[in-house]
Amino acid sequence: MKKFDKNKVILGIAAPLLAIVAALVITSIIIAATGKDPFHAYEVMVDFGSKADSQVWIINKATPYYLSALAVAIGFRMNLFNIGVDGQYRIAAFFAAAVGGALTLPGIIQIPVIIIVAMLVGALWAGIAGLLKTTRGVSEVISTIMLNAIGASVIAYFLKDGRLAVKEGNLVHTPYLPDSAHFFEIPTTPKPIYGFVIIAVLAGIAYWFVLGRTRFGFDLRTVGQSESAAQASGVSVKRMVITAMLLSGAMAGLVGMPTLLGVSYNYGTDFPAGIGFTGIAIALLGRNHPIGMVAGALLWGFLDRTGTQLEFEGYAQEIVGVIQGVIVLCVVIAYELVRRYGLKMQQRKVGEELAAQARKSDKAEVSA
Amino acid sequence: MKGPLVRRVSTIAVAGISTAALAFTLTACGESSTDSGGSGGGKGVGLAFDVGGRDDHSFNESAARGLDKAEKELGIKSKMMTAKNGETEAEREQRLSSLADKGYNPVIGVGFNYAKSIEKVAKDFPKTNFAIVDSVVQGPNINSITFGEHEGSYLAGAAAALKSKTGKVGFIGGVDNELIKKFQAGFEQGAKETNPKVEVTSEYLGSTDKGFNDPAAAKDKAKGMLDRDIDVIYTAAGLSGNGSIEAVAGKKDAWAIGVDSDQYQQPGLEKYKDHILTSVVKNVDVAVFDMIKSVKDGKPLTGPHQYLLKDGGVSLATSGGFIDDIKAKIEEAKKNIVDGKVVVKSTVKS
Repeated sequence: MKKFDKNKVILGIAAPLLAIVAALVITSIIIAATGKDPFHAYEVMVDFGSKADSQVWIINKATPYYLSALAVAIGFRMNLFNIGVDGQYRIAAFFAAAVGGALTLPGIIQIPVIIIVAMLVGALWAGIAGLLKTTRGVSEVISTIMLNAIGASVIAYFLKDGRLAVKEGNLVHTPYLPDSAHFFEIPTTPKPIYGFVIIAVLAGIAYWFVLGRTRFGFDLRTVGQSESAAQASGVSVKRMVITAMLLSGAMAGLVGMPTLLGVSYNYGTDFPAGIGFTGIAIALLGRNHPIGMVAGALLWGFLDRTGTQLEFEGYAQEIVGVIQGVIVLCVVIAYELVRRYGLKMQQRKVGEELAAQARKSDKAEVSA
Repeated sequence: MKGPLVRRVSTIAVAGISTAALAFTLTACGESSTDSGGSGGGKGVGLAFDVGGRDDHSFNESAARGLDKAEKELGIKSKMMTAKNGETEAEREQRLSSLADKGYNPVIGVGFNYAKSIEKVAKDFPKTNFAIVDSVVQGPNINSITFGEHEGSYLAGAAAALKSKTGKVGFIGGVDNELIKKFQAGFEQGAKETNPKVEVTSEYLGSTDKGFNDPAAAKDKAKGMLDRDIDVIYTAAGLSGNGSIEAVAGKKDAWAIGVDSDQYQQPGLEKYKDHILTSVVKNVDVAVFDMIKSVKDGKPLTGPHQYLLKDGGVSLATSGGFIDDIKAKIEEAKKNIVDGKVVVKSTVKS
């Protein structure tokens, strides 16, 4: 029994290790193929990424990434592929910005109002996909990605001077939030960290607790593993699909908040896009695990930060994008390989035990 | 199939790795990457492109030409960097401050997207000179470069009205914003004042900067216009314009009007050049060169600088000779604008 456990420990460590080594080897080969020294690149990246201002930058960058990964992971845990996080957080941030810009309340009410509006709008937008799936059987992959495009059009319609936005030079954006709606910052040097990082940590804890430690979380994961088994044990699959989409969308609603409440204070044509897709990569990388995704989000931030430095050393700008892609592929493949290997070992073990039992009973019959 | 143990084990592994990583990064805490540099000079020009990059055959490339000229004539070195789609403010700031920090001077932001970030970064690097193209930004060390796009576009509108056989001309804008509206306003006014019967259709690719980097969307838009018998299409959309030109080149007797660079001369568009009637050239290169030279001479330009039709800041390209037959009329329109007889509007009434 002891020996079996040791194998499992090795298997558990093997997957991330295999992934990291494979990713390093492949990116080194790619960099070398462009005629550059890969080790110097890593040196530059580590050196620049370890500076104090880089660390602040990385944490600030990782905060929305992490929230986005959480939103995607909620869906993943029950086999729902919510590709619509991108559209959900943008439309959520847009309406939250519009509401926030129109109200002037004390900060203690104003900020929660903005966040709640964002979560509601995000949930609503994702809920459409959930409803379509349960009532009409529309795959959420299709509907969420379509809703991204629709969301972008809705925003484009309202984001015009005279509708819900104002002009400022070449940019069009929603009216500025009042000062009371500015989220606090953690005063680090040389630049502050966004206070929203604390909300992100809380969201991570909530994710871990609800999915890992409650009846609801158990039901959700059961549906993810086998719908028929869940149905048989009395779980309403349809209701779970809708609830999961609503939760995923509400979490997506938070993605735009660090930017809205901490940087831009408005939603304009320059609001960052694409974080929802980065979230998919990070959820895969972190294996939907609350801490794994922290590591993934920080790694992404690190690569974003240090990528520009590589350019000064004559490396191609695209190298970082290649590294990010390779890492995700390696992680997915490594985990699958290790899982299959573990399964095979388990089968062999069970087979041996069964064979031993059969031999024993054979003997017993003979001696009888 | 995973038991609770295996999950706990991978949790421990992940937690271990991430703590190790964190501990590793914390070791260098307290030291800032900008501590070492930022002396404000020496290395040459830092040029930050908007989406599409140096080889967009259009806006960015025009800026790059100014830099090339400075390299050749003034012997100045340079570093060029390019924006990605959907960037955050933090990424733009980082790009500019890295350039300033490494000692590049001047640092030039090509495109209005850099407006906010230049304002911030210029404060952090008071000894470095900054320039922004297409926007006006306040700051003692910032040169704000803007152009008379509406005036150049007026001439394009006149040319389109004179050359169209169907009496229908089209405008495709990359991003629905104030800057691109200037192109639209000028084009519409120029077409209408040249031939009041001409029908002008104006459409946009989108409202985010992806519109400047989406040739496929521009191609579709242009096809749609061609199907409606529009036979002259003016596209102001950076790199996306290549798609529109490609679509126009697929139809006999249809004309494309290029933007920012003289697109007839672009090697990358050579296949389609027989369909490029003319281009509204925005001489970003002249402005970029002026800025670099001023810094080199120790008299850096600051404050707003407008490059209008009368200064040669914008012009209508004649290469290919397709508008030679209407040259007199174009010259007349140009003279009217320069003399102030015609005032070109820079906004579209909606």
